[in-house]
Amino acid sequence: MPANRFNGFTKYGVGIGLRVPHYQHILEKKPVVDWFEIISENYMVDGGRPLAVLDQILEQYRVVQHGVSMYFGSAEPPNREHLRRLKALVRRTNTPWLSDHLCWGSVDGTYSHDLLPMPYTWEAVRATARKIREVRDFLEVPVIVENVSSYAEFHVSEMTEWQFLTEVVEAADCGILLDVNNIYVSSRNHTFDPYDYLYAVPRHRVAQIHIAGHSKYQKYILDTHDHPVIDPVWRLYARAIELIGPTATLLEWDDRIPSFNEVHNEALKANRFVARAVEAVS
Amino acid sequence: MNLDQIQRDMFEAVRTPLTSTERMKPRTLEGRSTREIANRVIKPNDRLTSVERLEIYNRQYWFRLISTFTDDFPGLRAITGAHAFEKIAVAYLADCPSRSFTLRNLGSCLESWLRDNPEYIRDVETIALDMVRLEWADIEAFDGSCAEKLTEDDLPALGEDPSFRLQPYIQLLDLSFPVDELLLHVRRRQDVVPFSSNAVNAQHRTKLRRSALPAPEKIYLAVYRLDDSVYFKRLDSEAFALLDALRSGLPLSRAIEISVPYVNRPLDRLTSQMRDWFSNWASLGWFTKSTSGTDH
Repeated sequence: MPANRFNGFTKYGVGIGLRVPHYQHILEKKPVVDWFEIISENYMVDGGRPLAVLDQILEQYRVVQHGVSMYFGSAEPPNREHLRRLKALVRRTNTPWLSDHLCWGSVDGTYSHDLLPMPYTWEAVRATARKIREVRDFLEVPVIVENVSSYAEFHVSEMTEWQFLTEVVEAADCGILLDVNNIYVSSRNHTFDPYDYLYAVPRHRVAQIHIAGHSKYQKYILDTHDHPVIDPVWRLYARAIELIGPTATLLEWDDRIPSFNEVHNEALKANRFVARAVEAVS
Repeated sequence: MNLDQIQRDMFEAVRTPLTSTERMKPRTLEGRSTREIANRVIKPNDRLTSVERLEIYNRQYWFRLISTFTDDFPGLRAITGAHAFEKIAVAYLADCPSRSFTLRNLGSCLESWLRDNPEYIRDVETIALDMVRLEWADIEAFDGSCAEKLTEDDLPALGEDPSFRLQPYIQLLDLSFPVDELLLHVRRRQDVVPFSSNAVNAQHRTKLRRSALPAPEKIYLAVYRLDDSVYFKRLDSEAFALLDALRSGLPLSRAIEISVPYVNRPLDRLTSQMRDWFSNWASLGWFTKSTSGTDH
């Protein structure tokens, strides 16, 4: 199940995000890492250090692209310059699949640079699925969409978030980047059972999983990616792996970034659950 | 409400500048009630009102943009001081919100915006504009495109009066203050690693001492890249004029004619000086094989 048409029939293990503070360590020490995820927008430039480092990384490692500003859910059409640069990067990295978020974030070409939550309506399902298809057809690479953490819900919503996710990926015929930390964060912010969400996800479409840490505030949780993964999220991950099978997994750590080894060791904890899932299957 | 209207209303509220205590303002920039928008669009829950939930996004929008802006313009912040800098950031970002999919371009209009709004840099206008030009040039030089370098073997094919093309990443600046030294000083006091992610931004505030400002001094600067690092190189006025003329596409003879006066100067010294310049520039890889001009 994990190697499927949504992740280019690959079997990637546990990766981490490629981040600037770790460049020197990676290039000098060449640590063994299953794969790196890059934020596409950081490398959609004309030249210089970002691309020079990326090219060195590509010589030794497998790289998968993850975007933060395609905004599949924005009511406006895709930005053509964005698509053109993204396609050039896809050719450079040879990414087996490409992910971005099930969210919106721009209006009339003005960008929020945030992952704003979708109203879960049938109109939004149709518009979002249409845009995902358009982007995938242009890029000629499998596109998968990630569920986001959210802090608000809309009066107009006609379904749950997991129903919305399912409807969109079915209509677009695309894969899912299942972020179990985001499921947990949203479940606390909106008071639902995260396992209801997990059990409803179309498993055959899950191409990759994200794990991360977050920050608790008095009345809500923020998806800050600046802490280790907490036990309830690991338990959710373990159950996801049991249901879906061993799946390419990526730890996100984007703020107050510790040493490379600390980030990598935190990510490798996922292997315990993957091993159990493999045992269970065999 | 349809998708388009929901997104327009919510975004209008999200991009409303925060109050001095970092809360959502009662009115958007267009004058509409943020409370009315929140109540109409966002559902409350058992812990947060509609306004409070919308306010989370409003705060994150400004935290993220101001954080990026601060990372990009530490030199301007050192000149104006933190308080005035934050006022500039909010006013600029309210007038010129991001029109790019990447935060890299957030400050692309800052110089022209400050020229139109000089009240934000009163008393430090010239040095502040110099610094903004330098900091934007630094961003452009960092990741601008690099064309194939011109080598000695390529020279015969250029003809008798060649048009030398400069690397697109090279930025030429004539400045009224030595802001290059000031910026290097500011950077030594801090360590900035900007990059995009999809994490929510926590508000990081760094303490800042407003820098002592240097005396005016006319300088000519090339901002360039070597081995993927950006450097500032001071040039004398004639070398700067010559590079500027070459960048505009003039053939060598005409570029020299308008930038290097011959009057009362020994020809051999002039020739020797120009040979040194070109040798140095070529060793830095500043000339390209391209004959179609640069982006500038």
